[in-house]
Amino acid sequence: MMMKKLFINNSVIIRDSKVSRNGDVIYQADSDLEFPKFLKRVYKAQNLKYPKFFKMDSLSKLGYLATEILTNGNVEDKETALIFANSASSLETDEAYSKSMEEFPSPSLFVYTLPNIMLGEISIRHQLRSENLFFVSEEFEPSVFIDYISVLFQQEKAENALCGWVNLHNNDYDVFLWEIALSGGTDFNEEELKKLYLPTHE
Amino acid sequence: MSRNFLLNDTIISPLGFNTEENLRAIRNSESALKFHDNSRFFEQGYFAGIIEEDLINKEFEKIGKNSKHTRLEKMLILAIHQVIESSNSVNFEKTGLIISTTKGNIDQLEKDNFPKDRVYLWQMAQVISDFFGFKSKPIIVSNACISGALAIRTANDLIEAGKFSNAIVAGGDLVSEFVLSGFQSFQAISEEPCRPFSKDRKGVSLGEAAAAVLVGPDNTMGKENIQYVDVVTANDANHISGPSRTGEGLYQSISRLLKRNKITPDEIGYLSAHGTATIYNDEMESIAFNRAGLENTPLNSLKAYYGHTLGTSALIESIICKHSLLNNELFASHNFTELGVSQELNIIRENENRNLELAMNTASGFGGCNLSMLLKKVIA
Repeated sequence: MMMKKLFINNSVIIRDSKVSRNGDVIYQADSDLEFPKFLKRVYKAQNLKYPKFFKMDSLSKLGYLATEILTNGNVEDKETALIFANSASSLETDEAYSKSMEEFPSPSLFVYTLPNIMLGEISIRHQLRSENLFFVSEEFEPSVFIDYISVLFQQEKAENALCGWVNLHNNDYDVFLWEIALSGGTDFNEEELKKLYLPTHE
Repeated sequence: MSRNFLLNDTIISPLGFNTEENLRAIRNSESALKFHDNSRFFEQGYFAGIIEEDLINKEFEKIGKNSKHTRLEKMLILAIHQVIESSNSVNFEKTGLIISTTKGNIDQLEKDNFPKDRVYLWQMAQVISDFFGFKSKPIIVSNACISGALAIRTANDLIEAGKFSNAIVAGGDLVSEFVLSGFQSFQAISEEPCRPFSKDRKGVSLGEAAAAVLVGPDNTMGKENIQYVDVVTANDANHISGPSRTGEGLYQSISRLLKRNKITPDEIGYLSAHGTATIYNDEMESIAFNRAGLENTPLNSLKAYYGHTLGTSALIESIICKHSLLNNELFASHNFTELGVSQELNIIRENENRNLELAMNTASGFGGCNLSMLLKKVIA
């Protein structure tokens, strides 16, 4: 079977108090800035106006911010598939909800105790009624993304995909988003994906 | 393109510890939903489908050490073990393991009985994988209440990509204080056993179960098998916890699935609905099914047999759907009284034998996710 050739277009990394788009640092905060404040600063620095942001849990905030930055706030193809993964699932909010159980279980926390809520938030923001998959692995695993997405395109279930590794636990965060399309800049393979995820500074 | 089938399967639930026991219980209109009064979040008690700890431990000690595994790990291991034992095509070098769960070992959060990292879904999956010795890392699908069926699709697609020769899909979730209190905080829990699609429905009943199925090719001549045809997912893009008023996402997933596979609604002999028995969910499904032209298709929800088993739910429903097709057998939608949604639906009221070739299974979940699956009977 001839597999369709796929390409990586733009990418975004949010890590170590820095936001990079296509390899260029576009925002940098003091490394001692508290994580919730960091999220708010990025939001402000990007001139975003989306009041729902303030209701989201931190994991969804990360996914939302990275998507806005990656797409410049516009996902053209409304059938763009969302394929995301992380390591800690929704554990950050699970722990917060678990604490609320001692007094009064909080429905507004409970609703965020699933990692795919982030996909719901991105879908609402960009009105995407498209394919969703959220999976969990210990570390970023390019091969699972590549295999799943190759078949997704082969079966013609999508012509564009927005992919993400959005991990958060104990205020440690690691975000890598990228776009896949039938044409574009970089070949979609394990080596290129690894290079984009962990750029070496030569 | 590879053709994959739902092969050996099992369900570990309060209704039984293998598929045959579960089917027998459903045929006899038995329900897993029993009254419990052990939760501080329910002054008046609650109904749920909970497996007796002793039964799990008694079965598990035949294959492993009870003290080494959490309750959910034992349930999942028992399910996977049964599938491996009953099949001769599992090869730990080439067979993948795909785990579907929403909350994993959530009952172990802030407890010290096991190493802390067991609350990570990947760590739970790795422990289970290591119990058997699968060579490749387990893959975990955690996409709310569509996870169980989405894991079957993931298995199919990764086999198609050449990653595995076949794969065991295993799903499991618990009735935990965490989830009970959460649904209660939404006022979504029914004070009596749930009644999907009924006028007098009052909300969800929760259940726990593990299930597993081998997904892969089978060339046994003359054998009747249930083929995985296709799955399409679609998001509502409407609300993170409330179902869409127009059923948009579910409608999109069904209509795209039918169109892609050149199937018309009248060809579908059975529709296994999600049917959680909340007011808004069942209403949403009735709208989506009508928009898709499925108002006459015989339909049931299995939730009143099992309760809502979260990450296992759509996997159990796929397995029961498979056996309905193989046995030409439709099961009554348990606890149904009188239609209580705005659109016409053909709810199955009595168990019935009729010739079945093609069935659809749907699921919807938090995050606005929706899924529909087609399963088809074929003879090799």
